[in-house]
Amino acid sequence: MLAEELARQQRSISIAEFFEKNKHLLGFDSPTRGVITTIKEAVDNALDACEEAEILPDIEIEVRRTGPETFRVSVEDNGPGIVPGNVPFVFGKLLYGSRFHQIRQSRGQQGIGISAAVLYAQLTTGLPAVITTRTGPHEPAHRFALRIRVETNEPEVLEHAEVAWDRTHGTRVEIEFRASLAARKRLIEYLRSTGVVNPHARIRAEIDGESFVSERVVDEPLVPPKAIRPHPLGIELGQLARMVAGAKGALAPFLVGQFVRVGAKTAEEICAAAGLEPSVRVESLSGDDVSRLLSALQSVRVPPPPTTQCLSPIGEELLVRGLSAEYRMDFVAARTRPSAVYGGHPFMVEAALGYGGRLPAEGNAQIMRFANRVPLIYQQGACATTRCVAEVNWKAYGVQQAGLPQGPLLILVHVASTNVPFTSESKDAIASIPEIEREVNLALQDLGRDLRTFLSRRDRTRQAEERARAVCAILPELAAKVAEVTGRPVPDISPIEGQIMRKVVARKRTQEGRVGIEVRNHTSRELALQVFEQSGDPAVDATPAPDFSTEFEGVVTRVWEVTLPPGGTWRAVYSGRGDGSIDLRGVDEHQKVVVDLDV
Amino acid sequence: MSREELDRRANAELLRIAEAWYDQMHGGEVPSIALPTRTKQNIEFDDSSEVWKYGEKESLRSAHTAKSALHLLKMAYVIGFLKQQLAENRSSTLRELYYISEGWKLAKFGAQDESNFLVEDLEILTMLQREAFHLRPEEDGATIFGPLRIRESTRRGPRVIHCRDDVGEAGYAIPNNVEGLEFLDHGAKMVVAIETGGMYARLQENGFDEEHDAILVHLKGQPARSTRRVLHMLSDRFNLPITVFTDGDPWSYRIFASVAYGSIKSAHMSELLATPRAQFIGVQPSDIADYNLPSDRLTDRDVQALKAELTDPRFDTDYWRFQIRRQLELGLKSEQQAFAARGLDFVTKEYLPARLAEMGVL
Repeated sequence: MLAEELARQQRSISIAEFFEKNKHLLGFDSPTRGVITTIKEAVDNALDACEEAEILPDIEIEVRRTGPETFRVSVEDNGPGIVPGNVPFVFGKLLYGSRFHQIRQSRGQQGIGISAAVLYAQLTTGLPAVITTRTGPHEPAHRFALRIRVETNEPEVLEHAEVAWDRTHGTRVEIEFRASLAARKRLIEYLRSTGVVNPHARIRAEIDGESFVSERVVDEPLVPPKAIRPHPLGIELGQLARMVAGAKGALAPFLVGQFVRVGAKTAEEICAAAGLEPSVRVESLSGDDVSRLLSALQSVRVPPPPTTQCLSPIGEELLVRGLSAEYRMDFVAARTRPSAVYGGHPFMVEAALGYGGRLPAEGNAQIMRFANRVPLIYQQGACATTRCVAEVNWKAYGVQQAGLPQGPLLILVHVASTNVPFTSESKDAIASIPEIEREVNLALQDLGRDLRTFLSRRDRTRQAEERARAVCAILPELAAKVAEVTGRPVPDISPIEGQIMRKVVARKRTQEGRVGIEVRNHTSRELALQVFEQSGDPAVDATPAPDFSTEFEGVVTRVWEVTLPPGGTWRAVYSGRGDGSIDLRGVDEHQKVVVDLDV
Repeated sequence: MSREELDRRANAELLRIAEAWYDQMHGGEVPSIALPTRTKQNIEFDDSSEVWKYGEKESLRSAHTAKSALHLLKMAYVIGFLKQQLAENRSSTLRELYYISEGWKLAKFGAQDESNFLVEDLEILTMLQREAFHLRPEEDGATIFGPLRIRESTRRGPRVIHCRDDVGEAGYAIPNNVEGLEFLDHGAKMVVAIETGGMYARLQENGFDEEHDAILVHLKGQPARSTRRVLHMLSDRFNLPITVFTDGDPWSYRIFASVAYGSIKSAHMSELLATPRAQFIGVQPSDIADYNLPSDRLTDRDVQALKAELTDPRFDTDYWRFQIRRQLELGLKSEQQAFAARGLDFVTKEYLPARLAEMGVL
């Protein structure tokens, strides 16, 4: 009786229904995350599409507030567009995609991401997603308004019309849902990170009144990685069963044709290990045979899969250029490790290290994680790459460490693979795979050594500068004292300063109500520089008069434009107390010494 | 040399240093100064004067580095200060100099050792003693008691003093600056320099100075420069035998060495401060055994010091090798006042007459 009642309640559930109940699995667990995940999925799709069409991506993102808790997100690209007939499936059906069955590096794979966003929108606001797409200048643009039928996981087109669009090709997705912009900083961080690893893309965003631009650094589109056949080690039972089901003919040629790195000899070995005749018809294999075939595939020694053509690393030079474009740093270096294989899946690790500049001087180092050129924003602590960063002995490279390295440090790790091992479907963290961790460690250690070299060189330069600065402060005193003791006029010590420093020297000294500023060029080059001064003195009698002067709350900022030949001297004098500060602008930090003799 | 002459010379020598720097700077040269390296490794025995002096090694201090530039700046300030002090005929102590530098901003001294060291550098550079710059040390000189007449030029004019008839029991106090001291005449046959105040008083009380026509000098432990200078002058001026009476331990032998041969710290002054002809009375290690003196066991540090002296070229004589080895064998040391165990008169009636006769002084 009970069983019958239960049987009436038992029915299949659609994938859409499943995800409606398990939003967190796809990264829609909170309104805050929803915005980022939606944009991320749309941008991933746009970049992938452009890459396949070998187009330099131009991506425009807009986040507009439409109500107290609702936002309208639109992402527009200049990609190849989508054939109108496919639009409902791409956006209105979960698990619909072109790349799921391919073995190569790509951003999206399963075809869940953007349709999950559409689902999320319709769950929170009930509004359909609006898609505009155009495949070429001779085709009209199409606009769709669509939803997902949750019970069946099938698209429902509410509107479809041909429209005029100023783009010749591309796609625009508009989705409105309940969200919050509490994580605005994180969104910007995501966009900046995306810019770093996609130096060929231009990304512009208007986020509720705030603008963001990541300019294109290289003008060559990416060469899309090519798909490869599966490797015997990277295959699972279901996949093998599907391959068998769709095939005809003898087993040995099937193995050679369907798997990478399997030749006639290896195929024979596999057949022998599975206890099957090489000539047996594939269509006649039983379920049991397929199981045995699987264990045979994974027991026979097969060379690792080819890695170069199916992976698309960013490259050391572009990583450095991408990072330099987004962050101001004193040191940047990058490493692309040789490709390697884990469990039959080719992968490649890249890492970059930035130091100093505008990076925050205190606290944990900033870690940027990427998988297949996609920034990983959440769950940093759960990620294998974070653990690798913490395991490196950074102190050996002159960096402070408290678990994670500390100080003005930026660490970028990119794992590219035909199958990035994520810890969950929300693709936030990379799972712990010894082969991958090893490569990450090697890359970071290599970069650490570069950093150590940079730091010790910088320290030496600093020491030299300190010395020069110290001598600069003492010599005039010595000259004055010696002149006093011997009863002679104060000797001109500028030649000595030049000998010691070979730099530009700016000195400020106040005597008897007269402020004197002097700049001497001891370098061997002509220099164009600005003498920049801030003080409470109005200095109306300054000779020469400053080229620029402005007052704010009693502090006067003055700038003199100065061109100095090698060995040249420039002076300015005015009446005042000399309570301010001076600096030289337009001169390299290593080339200048600024001494304030009034302090 | 008169006081005025000495002042003029001090002034000129100090100015010479500053002028050299001025010329260097004026000529576009980084100012610098060369000084002998003041370490044990750079001490050499001078055969003609029989004292230990600084050797050939020199170190160059040049304003190329901030540390040296600062050193030169401090020196310039000190020269400026001393020049003024000489002009105003004032004087100051080494400690006062250290405090005066408070107002010198960058050139301020971090510790008194630093200013003392710098003054010694100036002594080396000018070949003058710090007293010539009107600088006094903190430590006061020791005392003299005996048949000696001196003239001291004091702040209140010259004073003629007899070191027995015109002074109290404590004796004549040696001033910090002994360059103004004149030794007029004496009725002595010898000088006995004594380490401890107790033995100095014992010899006085027992009338040793009168009985043997001896000038007693209290060294007060490791003797100050002025005390060593007085011994040197007594030896020089009156050709009197100088004898040194100390405790019988390795540290006291070093007191004798600094009197007779000079010290490392002031090796630039050895010629003025050391008295190569000074003779060691005791307490000798052999005395400990011969007179069966009350004694203490040598400590580990004592043994180490004795062994170090065995390799010290200043103690590289048959006499010292024998005595030091003897002491290491005995493992004992005795103070000079240990003679009291044989009666208060024993040291003046028995030991000293016998020992001085043995040395050929009596």
